[in-house]
Amino acid sequence: MHNCVPRVFWAAALAAALALDAGAAKQTVKIAYIGPLTGGVSANGIGGRNSADLAVRLRNADPKAKYRYELVSLDDECKPNIAVQAATKAASDNSIIAGVTHYCSVAAIAAVDTYHKFGFPAVVWGAVLPDITYRNNYAEVHRVNGTMINQNDVAAKFMTGLKYKRWVIIHDTTDYGKGHDKYFTEYLTKYGGQVLGRFGVTADQQDFTAELTKAKELKPEVIYFGGLTPIGVRIRSQMERLGIDAVFEGTSGIKSDSYIDGLGKLAEGSLSFIEGAPWEKLPGGLYFIGKYAQQKYDQGPEAYGPFAFTAAGLIMDVIEQVGPNRRKVIEELRKTRDKDSIVGKISFDDHGQNVVPLITKYVVQDGKWVVWEDSEYASGRRKLK
Amino acid sequence: MDVGLFGQYVANGLMLGVIYAMVAVGFTLFFGVLDVIKFSHGDVLTAGAFAGLATYGGLQALGFASPAVQLLIILLVAVAAMAFLGALIAKYLVLPLRTAPPLNTLLLTLMLGAALRECVRLFYPQGANPKPFPRLLPQDAVALGSFTLRLDNVLLLLGGLAAIAAVHFVITRTKLGLAIRAVAQDAETARIMGIDFERVVLLTFALGSGLAALAGIMNGLYYSEINFSIGLLLGVIGFSAAVVGGLGNIYGAILGGFLFAGLQTVGAVLLPALLPQVPSAYKDVFAFAAVIAFMAWRPTGLIAERTAERV
Repeated sequence: MHNCVPRVFWAAALAAALALDAGAAKQTVKIAYIGPLTGGVSANGIGGRNSADLAVRLRNADPKAKYRYELVSLDDECKPNIAVQAATKAASDNSIIAGVTHYCSVAAIAAVDTYHKFGFPAVVWGAVLPDITYRNNYAEVHRVNGTMINQNDVAAKFMTGLKYKRWVIIHDTTDYGKGHDKYFTEYLTKYGGQVLGRFGVTADQQDFTAELTKAKELKPEVIYFGGLTPIGVRIRSQMERLGIDAVFEGTSGIKSDSYIDGLGKLAEGSLSFIEGAPWEKLPGGLYFIGKYAQQKYDQGPEAYGPFAFTAAGLIMDVIEQVGPNRRKVIEELRKTRDKDSIVGKISFDDHGQNVVPLITKYVVQDGKWVVWEDSEYASGRRKLK
Repeated sequence: MDVGLFGQYVANGLMLGVIYAMVAVGFTLFFGVLDVIKFSHGDVLTAGAFAGLATYGGLQALGFASPAVQLLIILLVAVAAMAFLGALIAKYLVLPLRTAPPLNTLLLTLMLGAALRECVRLFYPQGANPKPFPRLLPQDAVALGSFTLRLDNVLLLLGGLAAIAAVHFVITRTKLGLAIRAVAQDAETARIMGIDFERVVLLTFALGSGLAALAGIMNGLYYSEINFSIGLLLGVIGFSAAVVGGLGNIYGAILGGFLFAGLQTVGAVLLPALLPQVPSAYKDVFAFAAVIAFMAWRPTGLIAERTAERV
């Protein structure tokens, strides 16, 4: 009988401890991150993942937050079929409330139907194809970054402003590349540029010598490339091999450090246009980069990191407001107007598209992407071609 | 089109052709000597290129700065490693299945190829990303009108042709070559004549795989980049080239390689010119369609195999 006393005592103590713990602990809410964690553009995907993770960590460190957040990272490999699998995995798990989704347009456009079918709120953080928000009217799909329409408008206006007249367009034959081709051609024609020829290439093509020799024959001043870093590197490198002396004008798709790593000195003078601004010029850039550095991630946030951070922050703000309920989160997200974020004000239009007016022009100078206005090319000390 | 541009197309086609021919020669060697189709051949090429890149990393760390010495060591290590891998594949995967239906060997090597590819992707540091390949050859270029002649292209082309010529020399002029040809014609009789059958098979696989490693390094030097999946398409193209040329015939493989490269180049140039709505991305479709049509016309390939002329 005397043995029972300590047992009862320990049981009571354990129960009390558990009760205390339960009282102190917050409910855990899961949000998904989906982006290319492997493959040619994985640097951007990992940068985005780290940035979303940073937003979650900062929120969890905030004593005022009502919930504890957990980020579930999924890899879409920048491929449509894998993206649908990842989207289905996230959306079919009821414990995941919303997602920070996709860097690649081909992945995002393939996955939007899945989000719609499952009623899963998704905030796109990097993909720029207009159709992602504009093809359908899915209440679930939002996007914090701009689209390639704005990007190509600025690109065409800027380049014709520099007195270039003759272009050859090379684009990959995915929706992403075809979109760039379409909008760039549209604006280039409007601003008085001339397209001498266009080449659709596959997204994993290795050899471009035949296309580039044909391009060489057309004697363009600028080669415009609508596609992502891996083939951008190949095309720029093979241009040199064939002695093509033209400016290489890319899109947001090549604005990554791996473009410069892959090319070394050859990257000099390549151009890129991207929505938003460098972190130094973003309203909350200094704050973001300071916090990012503290976490000691082994890779940088890359160009779209601040957007992934913003998307995750936006989702958590809404969950704090309406609770972890997908339907309410969708309703509340859609109401976002003039909301302050590190990338500036966020306002969703009736398609869930943020109306970001800001596009920044970049040029590679001495192994770094430099904002055009700050570069020696703009000041006239260096010449593009 | 001016002469310079035409020359440029020919030069591009020749570079592609020599790489395809090297892969095709490997397929033909394996088929000639053992009647097997080794589908992991393209992935051995990838593994060879990555072995070269890893060696380069090691040499950089050790402080070898001379590009010529680096290239020589890279070539030696990659070719030796893949030759060894080729012999291992032959000994433990291909030879034990000799009595099994040929389909089994085909399936087994197909799976081995996938395994090799995934191993490169998973175990090479950040192996899923394309890797810049060092520019170890002189980059000098001369512009002759609209034709740009680059020294590294010339060296690569000559290197590739020399490698194919060397393999041809081994097959036709050496004792080992005689043994390979004997085994290819009639393995049983060759054995009775005192030829070590297993040794000949292993050496043939080592030879073909070493050649694949060389093709992998050349591919890296030419494009200044490699990735884990380069071998996939190169393997299919090399195999098609070998079949078009006449599987089992070394001249056929070389011819097939250059023919395929020619078809791709013509496809990339002509398709968008004739049908503006068809992008040049369809050049592979064009080349493979032409191969299908060709095979329907000549099912045994350009140079039909005669048992007496095998390998």
